[in-house]
Amino acid sequence: MSDRMSTRTWRTARMRKAAGTRRTVPEAPTADETPAAGPGAGPRRFLRAALARIPLPLRGLRPRLLASFVLVAVASALGTGALAFREARTGVLQQSQDSVINRFRTSVDAVAPSIPLAPDRSDLQFAVDQVLYANRSSGWRIMATYGGHRAYAPSAGFVEPSPEMLRSVRDRRVAVFQRMNVDGRPRLVVGMPVTYTSGEGTEPRLSGFVMYLEVPQTTEEGYVEAMVSGIERATLVALCLAVVLALLAASGVLRPVRALRRATRRMAAGHLDVRLDVTGSDELADLSQSFNETAAELERTVRELRRLEAQGRRFVADVSHELRTPLAAMSAVTDVLDLEGEGETGEALRLISEGTNRLSGLVNDLMEISRFDAGAAELNRDEIDLAESVRRTVASRWRQEQVETRLPGPGELRARVDPRRLDVVTANLIGNALRHGEPPVRLTMGVRVDGAGMAWAVIEVTDNGPGIAEEAMLHIFERFYKASTSRARSESNGLGLAITAENVRLHGGRIRAANLPRGGAVFTVELPLHRDDTDTEADGGTR
Amino acid sequence: MPRVLIVEDDQDVRRAVQLGLRHQGHEVFAVETGEEGLEQLLPFRPDVVVLDLMLPGISGLDVCRRIRDRDQVPIIMVTARGDDIDVVVGLETGADDYVVKPVQARVLDARIRAVLRRQDASLPDGTRPRAETHGELVVDRAGLVVTHRGEPVTLAPSELRLLLTLSASPGQVFSRQQLLEAVWEHSYHGDIRLVDACVKRLRNKLGEGRNPRYVQTVRGFGYRFGTS
Repeated sequence: MSDRMSTRTWRTARMRKAAGTRRTVPEAPTADETPAAGPGAGPRRFLRAALARIPLPLRGLRPRLLASFVLVAVASALGTGALAFREARTGVLQQSQDSVINRFRTSVDAVAPSIPLAPDRSDLQFAVDQVLYANRSSGWRIMATYGGHRAYAPSAGFVEPSPEMLRSVRDRRVAVFQRMNVDGRPRLVVGMPVTYTSGEGTEPRLSGFVMYLEVPQTTEEGYVEAMVSGIERATLVALCLAVVLALLAASGVLRPVRALRRATRRMAAGHLDVRLDVTGSDELADLSQSFNETAAELERTVRELRRLEAQGRRFVADVSHELRTPLAAMSAVTDVLDLEGEGETGEALRLISEGTNRLSGLVNDLMEISRFDAGAAELNRDEIDLAESVRRTVASRWRQEQVETRLPGPGELRARVDPRRLDVVTANLIGNALRHGEPPVRLTMGVRVDGAGMAWAVIEVTDNGPGIAEEAMLHIFERFYKASTSRARSESNGLGLAITAENVRLHGGRIRAANLPRGGAVFTVELPLHRDDTDTEADGGTR
Repeated sequence: MPRVLIVEDDQDVRRAVQLGLRHQGHEVFAVETGEEGLEQLLPFRPDVVVLDLMLPGISGLDVCRRIRDRDQVPIIMVTARGDDIDVVVGLETGADDYVVKPVQARVLDARIRAVLRRQDASLPDGTRPRAETHGELVVDRAGLVVTHRGEPVTLAPSELRLLLTLSASPGQVFSRQQLLEAVWEHSYHGDIRLVDACVKRLRNKLGEGRNPRYVQTVRGFGYRFGTS
């Protein structure tokens, strides 16, 4: 039975980190930095409301892309950094610990056989000196304990091991290490209990003799700090890179989006020839391409419609013009015809004369309409007394009892209008009213000031006929629309109200038709009163 | 019997107008082109020319201009299209009145008679002196002679009538509608461009610049004859 201590059974391979390390290094991204996932309906509504309050430049694509890129960059840099840090730190520390503990164990192994089973203080001192001597240049401090004895090398002042450590080395046969901070300097303290065996195959037993090692870990700490600052720098670089990339990506996305927005607005303003430059082959390029195709199709359709419309208008103008020459010949000779003649010949001549006159009226109205359509209708304004104009219109066409007028006094209502066109408007409305009801027709004129402070001359023509049918109301100012073909007398060619409406519109006025509750229809014309008189006269003159 | 020269390219219209006007008691001579019309001006010595604006060869406007260069015979334009720009140019070229095709012979006759009355432009006012002097302008109402700075001014019938009407009451403002009725015998709602074009021509002949002395514009109302 050997009573020599043996260290073959040192079990130091599995190391255990004792409690009490005081290093604080972030090992994983904190919870704040990971995006909160899956907010509920309530928070989402709140979020949307909050977003809506943010001004558009901050809600736009660019800031959103920027935030996403930065978030991803920071998260990945920190995550990767933290993982790498943890692994590297563990590796560095473990390697240095392993090597320190191995060296320590070797030294203790070397000195252990020469230590008696119950060593006294000088034995302990010998042991610590031996161990220290074997590792002179490592900055080690060694302490040996046995019972109440303690020995130190190179000097006393060994850091006091924690009670858990003392307990552990007393009761268990494993080397224990602990990282401690002494005066802000990290240190590794290793406690190594020495065991002995009584012979082959017997269980090693604790001898009560323990050697402690205290070694500064400044170098390892330096490594770790370098690593941390490296990760910090990497994160910063990633952040800058993310911002640059985000801005690049944002402008890449935003440029076509903005071009599209501009183009859409231009198109809405009526510029159908607007096209986008298609660059690249992504979805935005695809969208631009679709926009171009849509715009082209729209432009083509509109052009076709305009062409057809212009063709139709030109046709009307051409037909009217062509009708005009034979009509001119016919009109010139109707007076030569003996309209007072007796019998069938006289009747035939009267029919021809009447037909010629109506045809002339129709062709003149058609020419007038084509001028409106071609935008060639001119407004020859003159400042006149409106009441006087209406009085003249009535007096030149109808008997006094046919038209009841209520007009302002002379000089009360003057306006800049085209006298000829005002005459057409008034005459058409009165004529229309007389066709649809019994005389007298009522005509009133007055001034109305609207909400915007604009003054309007209001002319109202009221008849006592059956009124306008509901379905006719919408079409009453359309060309060749006759409210009732059976009732409309022959002198109406269906263009009168259309020409009236065009004339009113040319003046910047408004016209509307309505039925009176007690029966009868009322046509209301409103013409703007230009009091300021800003148009300049073509010719000079004193003012 | 007034002698009317008709310049009209369309044969049917030409013959119809000739027929209609003869029926109204005019002596009518009708030609097809502007060139012919100018040739016939001296031999036929018409009292009035009815001139179609749309002519082959030299245009109606050119014919109008050339007639005015040597003669103050009244000219009534017939516009086929009634295009506003044609009317304005025609009036400024020197036409006295215009009608739009198709026109009844009765209407044309009334215009012809109105324009002829303008030549006999003396206004019914026996108390006035034979010749009035307004600054450098002398208007002889009886002799129908107008001189400006001692030079005789040749005026077309409507220009003369306009000047006589305005100068009869110096300082009085005439609206365009009033002048239309007084000078052209048109309805109240006639074409006021007749007045404006005629005023322009008259001012040119009187050598008036940007600030007219005789025929003055009264903004918003019309015209008046300057009293200065």
